[in-house]
Order: sequence, then structure tokens, then C-alpha cells
Amino acid sequence: MKYSIKGIVASVALSAVMATGVIAEGHKTGGTLVTVLGSNVRNLNSAVQSGIVTGYPGAQLFASPMRYDENWEPQPYLAESWNVSDDGLTVTLNLVKNAKFHDGAPITSEDIAFSVEVIKANHPFKSMFAPVESVDTPDAHTAVLNLSKPHPALMLAMSGQLMSIIPKHIYGDGEITDVKTHPRNNENVVGSGPFKLVEFKNGEHVILERFDDFFIEGRPYLDRVVMRIITDPAARAIAYENGEIHMGAFESLPRIINRLKKVDTLTVTPDGYGAIGPIDWLAMNTAKGPLSDVRVRKAIAYAVDKNFIHKALMQGTASDSTSGIHPDSPFYVAQDGYDVDLEKSAVLLDEAGFPVKDGSRMSLTIDFGWPGVKPQVEYVKAALKKVNIDVEVRASADFPTWAKKMGTGDFDMSWDTVFNWGDPVIGVHRTYDSTNILKGVWSNTQSYSNARVDELMAMAAVETDIEKRKALYTEFQEIIADELPVYHTNTLPYHTVFNDKVKNAPMGIWGTSTPIDTVWLDE
Amino acid sequence: MQVLQSFAIRAGYAVILLVAVLVLNFSMMHLAPGDVADTISQSMGGADQELLDQIRADYGLDQPFYIQLGHYIGGVLQFDLGFSFFYNQPVTELILQRLPATLLLVITAQLLALFIGVIMGVISARKPNGILSHFVTFLALFGYAAPVFWTGILLLIAFSLKVQWFPVAGMQDVTIEGGFWAHFIDVARHMALPVVTLGSLFLALYSRLARATMMETLGSDFVRTAKAKGLSTNQVVYKHALKNSLSPVITLAGLQFSAVISGAVLVEAVFSWPGLGTLAFQSIIARDTPTILGILFFSALVVIVGNLLTDLALRLVDPRVGGKG
Repeated sequence: MKYSIKGIVASVALSAVMATGVIAEGHKTGGTLVTVLGSNVRNLNSAVQSGIVTGYPGAQLFASPMRYDENWEPQPYLAESWNVSDDGLTVTLNLVKNAKFHDGAPITSEDIAFSVEVIKANHPFKSMFAPVESVDTPDAHTAVLNLSKPHPALMLAMSGQLMSIIPKHIYGDGEITDVKTHPRNNENVVGSGPFKLVEFKNGEHVILERFDDFFIEGRPYLDRVVMRIITDPAARAIAYENGEIHMGAFESLPRIINRLKKVDTLTVTPDGYGAIGPIDWLAMNTAKGPLSDVRVRKAIAYAVDKNFIHKALMQGTASDSTSGIHPDSPFYVAQDGYDVDLEKSAVLLDEAGFPVKDGSRMSLTIDFGWPGVKPQVEYVKAALKKVNIDVEVRASADFPTWAKKMGTGDFDMSWDTVFNWGDPVIGVHRTYDSTNILKGVWSNTQSYSNARVDELMAMAAVETDIEKRKALYTEFQEIIADELPVYHTNTLPYHTVFNDKVKNAPMGIWGTSTPIDTVWLDE
Repeated sequence: MQVLQSFAIRAGYAVILLVAVLVLNFSMMHLAPGDVADTISQSMGGADQELLDQIRADYGLDQPFYIQLGHYIGGVLQFDLGFSFFYNQPVTELILQRLPATLLLVITAQLLALFIGVIMGVISARKPNGILSHFVTFLALFGYAAPVFWTGILLLIAFSLKVQWFPVAGMQDVTIEGGFWAHFIDVARHMALPVVTLGSLFLALYSRLARATMMETLGSDFVRTAKAKGLSTNQVVYKHALKNSLSPVITLAGLQFSAVISGAVLVEAVFSWPGLGTLAFQSIIARDTPTILGILFFSALVVIVGNLLTDLALRLVDPRVGGKG
């Protein structure tokens, strides 16, 4: 493990602090925290819009039943306690009694039931609440989720930005599927979280203000949170450095991360992305041409030098990633890598029936979804040249063009970045499930199919015993690393940047996709 | 009457051109693989087929091409630019929110470049081989050759990071409190670097042209006459020659107006200026067809109005211009 003992002690201490809600060192209240969003927000309502850009304002405007500490342990939030029945089929949430929406109306179990319904109908991650058949509301502060099968992934799905509780009396005025385009998603928002909306100016900023009747006494500490929209990474970097912006998340350019690390007043940290879990990989189309042979896929892995990617391309900012699960997840088990070995690669290619003819064994194409990973793609081309594989780099004009190629299986290899989104059921299964070979990006675009993998995922999805579940995912990761529908290389190096004035910066598993009610400014 | 007639004919052409632009752009957008449903799913971290289909059905993207096109043109004829799929907002509203910021930036940069460009041109024309003249030539070439985003980042590093005179991004500091003047100064501070960046590109053109025409004018007969009459050099230069040299510069400024708007796309991207350029850039990336078409429509409108205003300005400085414009 790369974590230092000191780090573990510190995070345990901090989580103890978070759990009890008392900050040992004391804190100041008030002030305006100026933060930044790296792209424009489409929709502030995180019950119907997923994604990291909505996650940050969404988690401030809307509360979820639970929150998670740094050790992946659920903590009470809007639910003061909960109970999972022995058969795993009913989950009872006991809500905080004094909770209010921003318009003063009480938050009741009706709103929980309504929010689940809205999320099920509109949110892209269907696997989160698919097993939830109905929600009973025996009284105003008790919500009972009835499941068709045990669903351990539900716990993470009830935290962070994934289960935003929205008011039925505001958003329930039309069809349930129309909440996606509800006029109050972006203005006059009535939320349940620590901050309420003051102003959202498209392309400019989101301004939030402390909600005085928030259900946790004394919180939030800040008076105001400004989220400025600055899309240019170089401009953001300068703004961190000159103090114009206190804090920002999701910085991923190695050059900029390393430059900001040298600034004395700034802290630059990769902590806080475990649940979002972004990982980079080399995708290989298992349904087409030479890559349908696992030996060819392995030969490619042996020819691509991960060290080069980590040192030269990521400049030391990324972590190693060897299976479909993010290395910060409790389910992650590191797999033996494919240390670069050109001889082995050549032998595998010979065995697979691709001898060198006129200096070349085969021709393949490689795609990439966004310009940031073009160096990786160019590197793969150069690396495979050494084992006599000709690679043609295919650029795409924009995201939809690339997505179309991926969704229709019109590719040999591609560089791709996919997020875990909490539990493996939500963000990991989709890539390897043989029933999820669909049109559309970030499904099982590699057309990978293995009956044992399907079986392991199906068992893990309903296994309530954490140790047994871990064992299932261990075997799953071993098979994936061996059969290589994708070759896992590194995490996407998301970093959070904040200056000396910012205390308690969000570094839990959900990063800024969690309420920043304990953040304060030392001014 | 003649003037009105020629304006009317021009307006007629402009409308035909606008419709052609709309049809062409709509068709091109349609030809490209993938659509806004993909980018919506991207912004959400992935979506399944069911949701993609639902999004396409919601926005009528599953309809045949000619029906979509018909709907759109029909809407525009009723002054309805449609609904932005990506931003969940009517396009007209979206554009009107952004238009003032772009106009403020573009017009200020244009006027500044014109004003300084003409002064630089005149000064250097009076001593064509002086140091100042060479300096103007150098500055002009440099400003024209340097990519706008590079100039922008360089200015940011110099004036926002090294000496912290100007803010990095955006149009206003939302934490500032105070009355009109506090906000005025705040916006002016935010504007300084983007305006200089955008202006530097056009300063080059104007100063070069002003220099050339001024030199030509200074050598013409009426200037000699004026000098022979015994007028002072300053009087000759600023009262007689300048007025006669201005019209080519103003014509160029009018023609460049469209270029200023396209230059604004890059400048706005660098400085996160909340204008149409940023919106255009983002909606192209998001494949948000109604917004892209709406912006093209508005840009065309702005350019046409800009050209008409140029005509007007030319008439003012040079009475010989008129009749069939």
C-alpha cells in the first residue's frame, strides 16, 4: 500500500471527528468560499443528472440519507439510523426529525419515496435502485425500501450525489419522467442540503448561501459558496496560484498538477476520489479480428510499458490500476502486471498465428475519446511497432463521433476512461457483463463475454456478507486481469487543489460530491 | 429613397442568406455521427440504451431528417430558436444572457484597436523611417502573428500572476459589494486583459493601413496646397489628411467585425469570459444543434448590423460615399 502510517492515523482521527460532529481544533464560521467548476453545469438537480460537474453543487443543495467517512463506513446524515433485515430484503431508514427543505416544509418519508421514484425513472445508473420494488411510508419519519433481492450496493447508492432527496411538493407537479427538464432544476431550486441556491448564471457561476434551518445544528460553517465556471485549465491554475480561487477539484493534467505542487500556499492531493473511481485503460474489441484471441491481447499488454505511461506521460501523478476496480476501493486486489517483455509478446503472437510477413504481423486501429489521452495512444502505436504490429491512430472530431465508434463496435483498440461510481455493481459490472453489450458508450463496448465472470458479478450483487463479497470480486479481478478485455494502466489523476485558508477540505471517498458543511475558512 | 431601397435589397439578401446558412448548418450537423444524447450521457458518466432512446424521443431526434429540419425552420420563422437540449433552456434566452458580454468585449476591443491603430499609423506616417515607425511595424506584425490564446496566457502570467493587477477569469467578482461604480470598476478590471488580447490582433491591421493611406494622402495635391496656404503641419495632418485617410480604415474595421467575433471565441475561452464565444465553443462540443444554429443566426445578424453601421459611418466621414451603397 502506498499510504503512510501517519496518513492512516490522521484519516482515522479525522473520521472519528466527522462521525461525532465535533472539530477538536475548533473552527471559524462565516466567509465566502470561492471554488471552481471545470465545465458548465447542465442541471443542478442531482436526482436526475449524474456526473462530477453536477455532483458538487448537487450535494450542497440536496442531502442524501447517508454520508461516508474516509474508511468507506456509512455515517448518518438525513437518516439518523437504518436497519437492514436479516434476509436483506427490507431496508428501513429512520429520518432526522427536524429536517426541512429550503422553503421550510418538513422532509418526510413521502419525499424519500418520491425521490427514489424520480431517480429510478430518470437517473442513468439504473442498477442503483433497480431491485427497489416499492417504498413504504409507515410514518412521516420512517421509510421502508422493499427489495426484490438483497442489494448491498444500495448503501453507497444512498450517499454522496447518488440519492438526492428532492421535495415532492415542488417537483411532483407533473409526469415523473419530466423532472429531467423541470424548470426548477436550475432556478428557484428547493433543496434539502446545507446550502441553498442564490443564483445560477449559465457559463459564469453558481452562488450558494448558508441554509439557516439545516438539520445539523451549527452547520454549515461557511456563509457562502461561490462556484465559478472556468473551463481553461491554465487559467484555473493561475487563479489558484494568485489566490483568486480557494479550492477546486478534478484537476487531471499532470503538468499543471506538478506545477501547482510547487506552490507553497497550495495543497494538491489525490485523496477524495475513491468512490468516484476514475480509471484509464486500453480497451480491446474482443469481438473483432485478431484481438478476439486472448493471446494477442496479452501480447499487446506485454509490449506496452506501463512504466513509461506512469513516468513520462502521467509524470508520477497517477496511481497504478490493475483490475476494473479503483485502487482506493475496499474491493480492490492488485493483480500481477504485464511487465514489459517483447520476447514473450512475440512468442504469443506467433502462437496465435500472426507471424511477421514483410515486417508486419497485423494492422490495428486505435481511437481516443478526448485530446488529453492522445499521448497514450501515440505511445501505444510506437510500442506495438516493436513487436511488428502496425497501428493507425484514428482521431475523432468530438465526443459523439468517438462514442458512435465505440457503441457500434467499430474499433480495434481505444483509450478510455471509466468511473466506478461507488459500488462495483454501479460502475464496474457494466463493462464486463455479457448482457450489457449494447449500443452506447461505457456499456460492455469490448463485447467481452465470460460465463464465470457473469456468474461472479451476479453473486456479488446479492451477497450481503462483506468477506464473501470480497472473495467473489477477487476472483472476478483475477479473471479480468488474465483475459484482458481491457488492459488497465492507471487511475485518472484527479487532484483537489486548495490554499492555506481552507480547512477540512473534502477528502472523503466522495470528494466534492459530498456536503462541504464542515469546511471553514481561516481568514 | 435610393438609400432606403438599397438597404431593403440588402436586407432581402440577408434573409435568404440566413435561411441558407440555417439549412446548410442543420444538414451538416445532422451528417456528423452521434448526437447530443451521447454528450448528455457523457456528462452523466454513461447511460443505458433505454435512457438514450428516451432522450432522443424527448427532443425529437428520432424523427426523420426532413421533419426535424421543417420543425426547426418553421420555429425560426416564428422567431423561436428552439430549446437547448444540453442546457435545458430556451436558446433565445441563453443567447440573450450571453450577448451583452460579447458585445461589450468585441466593441471595446474594436474601438480601442481602431483609435490606437489610427494614432500609431498617423504618427509613423509622418516619419516613415523613424524609430517609432519601425516600432509600430514590429508591434503590428507581432500582434498579428501571435496566436490569440498565446497572447492571452502570456498576459495572464504577467499581469495576474507575477504582478497581480488584473483578475484571471470571468467578468465580475461576485464577492464584491457596493454600488454601480464598484461594479463598473470591477468589470473594467476583468475586461482589461481580454480587450487588450483581442485588440492586439486588430491593432496591427489598422495601424498598418492607417500608416499606408496616411502616407499616400500626405503626398497628394490638396495637402501640398494646404501646406502652401501656410497651415501648420498639425493642422494639415489632423484636419485635412486624416479625414481623407479614414475611410479605408473604417471599411476594413467593418469587414473585420466578423473576424473580431470569431477571435472572441478564443479570447473568451482563455479568460472564461461568459459570452457567446464560450457558449458557441461549448455547444459545438456538446453537439447542441439548436444552440449552435441560434448562435450562427445571431452572429450573422450582428455582422450584418455591423456592416450597415460601417456604411453609415463612412457616409459621415466622407460625403462622397452615398447613393447606391
